[in-house]
Amino acid sequence: MAKSIRIRAKAKGDDTTVKALITHPMETGLRKNKKTGEKIPAHFIQEVTCKHNGNTAVTALWGPAVSKNPYLSFRIGGAKAGDSIELSWVDNQGKKDSATTTVK
Amino acid sequence: MQRRTFLQGSLAGGAVAVAVGAGILSPRTVLAAWPQAAFEAKSVQDAMSSLYGSADSNASGDIKIKAPDIAENGAVVPITVDTGIGGIESIAIIAEKNGQPLAASFNLGKSAKGFVSTRIKMGKTSDVIAVVSAGGKRYAARKNVKVTIGGCGG
Repeated sequence: MAKSIRIRAKAKGDDTTVKALITHPMETGLRKNKKTGEKIPAHFIQEVTCKHNGNTAVTALWGPAVSKNPYLSFRIGGAKAGDSIELSWVDNQGKKDSATTTVK
Repeated sequence: MQRRTFLQGSLAGGAVAVAVGAGILSPRTVLAAWPQAAFEAKSVQDAMSSLYGSADSNASGDIKIKAPDIAENGAVVPITVDTGIGGIESIAIIAEKNGQPLAASFNLGKSAKGFVSTRIKMGKTSDVIAVVSAGGKRYAARKNVKVTIGGCGG
């Protein structure tokens, strides 16, 4: 899959703010195709995992009510510049992607 | 003779254990623990009981929800939850009047701080509830968001 994640991690004092944008349709399964009237099947991210230097820091469990092309941000403590931050997601159709960045 | 029966018995037992192990492992390799029942629950009470095993929560002044008072587009409602509660385990974001109220649940590891921000869809004007789980207890705060154009279905 083409790169679907844009991620940035910035340290400020003890806190590191991680911001990420994921490109994903996040279909709820309730919307209908306006031309054919058929339901568009549900297609949404269920789980986003963020690892700091290989240790899981945050696991986000999402339902279909998270907006299309989701944005998420959170803070972790104890990270230093140069540490690796890995973000990965899995959707309800089994598709997945991941991206790694370093703390600035 | 005794040795033979022993071998047969252990072989059969081993095969069952492998089958059970494979049966349990196969769905879990795809997703760790996505709480399907909680996300499909139709009410806040059901969603919370399914997620936490109980719908109880204490109101807390130490949870700040940053969300617009009026969301022009219900498909994209930015929500930020910030809390100073110690020993935090998870933060859930619930849109009270959505068909399926639970929008997201963030499980926070030891290094994570009590801050999450994301964007959710809201069907209509309702309260957004942030549920913070810390030290085995749950704390909740809510904020009303007016939605002028719904973001579910369409």
